[in-house]
Amino acid sequence: MAILLYAEHDNKDLKSDTYKLVSAAQQMDSEIHILIAGDNCAELASKAADIKGVAKVLLADNATYAHQLAENIADLVVELGKNYSHIVCAATTTGKNFMPRVAALLDVAQISDIISVESPDTFKRPIYAGNAIATVQSADEIKVITVRTASFDAADTGNSAAIETINAVKTSTNSKYLSAELTVSERPELTAADIIISGGRGMQNGENFKLLDGIADKLGAAMGASRAAVDAGFVPNDMQVGQTGKIVAPQLYIAVGISGAIQHLAGMKDSKVIVAINKDEEAPIFQVADYGLVGDLFDILPELEAAL
Amino acid sequence: MKILVPIKRAIDYNVKVRVKSDNSGVDLTNTKMAINPFCEIAVEEAIRLKEKGIATEVVAVSIGDKSCQEQIRTALALGADRGLQIDTSETLDSLQVAKLLHRVVEQEAPDLVILGKQSIDSDNNQTGQMLAALCGMPQGTFASVINITDKQIQVTREVDGGLQTIELTLPAVVTTDLRLNEPRYASLPNIMKAKRKPLDVKSADDFGVNLSTKLKTLRVEAPSQRAGGIKVSDVTELVNKLKTEAKVI
Repeated sequence: MAILLYAEHDNKDLKSDTYKLVSAAQQMDSEIHILIAGDNCAELASKAADIKGVAKVLLADNATYAHQLAENIADLVVELGKNYSHIVCAATTTGKNFMPRVAALLDVAQISDIISVESPDTFKRPIYAGNAIATVQSADEIKVITVRTASFDAADTGNSAAIETINAVKTSTNSKYLSAELTVSERPELTAADIIISGGRGMQNGENFKLLDGIADKLGAAMGASRAAVDAGFVPNDMQVGQTGKIVAPQLYIAVGISGAIQHLAGMKDSKVIVAINKDEEAPIFQVADYGLVGDLFDILPELEAAL
Repeated sequence: MKILVPIKRAIDYNVKVRVKSDNSGVDLTNTKMAINPFCEIAVEEAIRLKEKGIATEVVAVSIGDKSCQEQIRTALALGADRGLQIDTSETLDSLQVAKLLHRVVEQEAPDLVILGKQSIDSDNNQTGQMLAALCGMPQGTFASVINITDKQIQVTREVDGGLQTIELTLPAVVTTDLRLNEPRYASLPNIMKAKRKPLDVKSADDFGVNLSTKLKTLRVEAPSQRAGGIKVSDVTELVNKLKTEAKVI
């Protein structure tokens, strides 16, 4: 029995989550098969075949998979997945979208958002917004799992796994893609970045987020925000770090003007090093920060940009 | 058009979570409970569709023991027309919940099912998608805008890179994200009126659904606490520490 791993991509690049997902899967079983379903995505199959630990790549290249709609992707994964012990995917909005359909159609439970593999059938996952950690064991024949990839290291490359073409074509008759408004940015993606700088309500308005730009550029950092900043309309929701946004664990997380509500901490407290810049020295963010700097961010940010 | 809104009774989002000392779960004794926030958004959206004249009936359903009637009454006070409690004292997984809801969908034949994308207790984010799969319906998850035209629904979804808009043929399942709407408060007259709205109770056993699960929670523990660090006096010291001590820049 092997593991079927669904790799997320945009038909051009593999998501960096995929490499972390492989190392999570390696802890469950030794044989890993990666499924690439997309449109004009043959190149991605060779990239996937290059990941160490991958035994085989399954390539389903068809226009019907271009937008990875939940309905037909789930049908494809169900058809291919019947002979596997585990089906895994990153707990991204794509994985969260189609994986429960896979589980329901296979009549098994899904284990969401695992942060560690204790054994091939036992996993840890956060519940109550990370305020408790549950250890769960599944006796289902096929374990359908989404993985919080921030908790795992990326697998190395340097491999040449076999690539097998999958001819199954599943269509979505009652669901169709219309459009996407994706944020275009030169910066790394939040969930893939080594360094993140985030702003909160203390930034006061969207314009002031420009103060973070120069620092982010110098550090090669991704930019994030707290839910308060998103709710106040300063920045778009896809920048949100927290329980209701993205869960991140970079090497360095710099929180600027963020008080540190539980819901924000749930999204970033596993970062290796946390820096907090806030004028309120009682702000809860300082309780989790490795380095705290109390002061006015409007003075500190230009100074920091100059010092880097 | 008929809308079914499944809702869940969950810990109030303001309450601090305590893990039981025997690590068997989270301590919910004497804890304030409420309608799960994402479910509240689902109720609000259904009621807005009714106010716009698109929906004709909004049915709220919840699965649990008698106490979940409180949350059904909340939905009725917000504007739902009638309620259904599926009575069980068992703690069910998302799959069992989806199976029970599948039976409800067969009986009620709604044109649209709107539910929260996840509950803030188990944080699974599964039920809506599972229900859609079991019913053979299309799904629009993590919705921030919905638009219904005749037999179609357009759903704008919050996805990792931004927003995605899809079009589904009804009947369909929609799960709500935070920005779909801001739920109203129930007025006192509406709370009083809700007490007279119909609320049916059916036993979970009567649905002929296998409620056994192969998923076991072995242990629940508090997360490891992060130790606080130090305060630095200025930017120069901060940059120095990050370079020489933490070695992250």
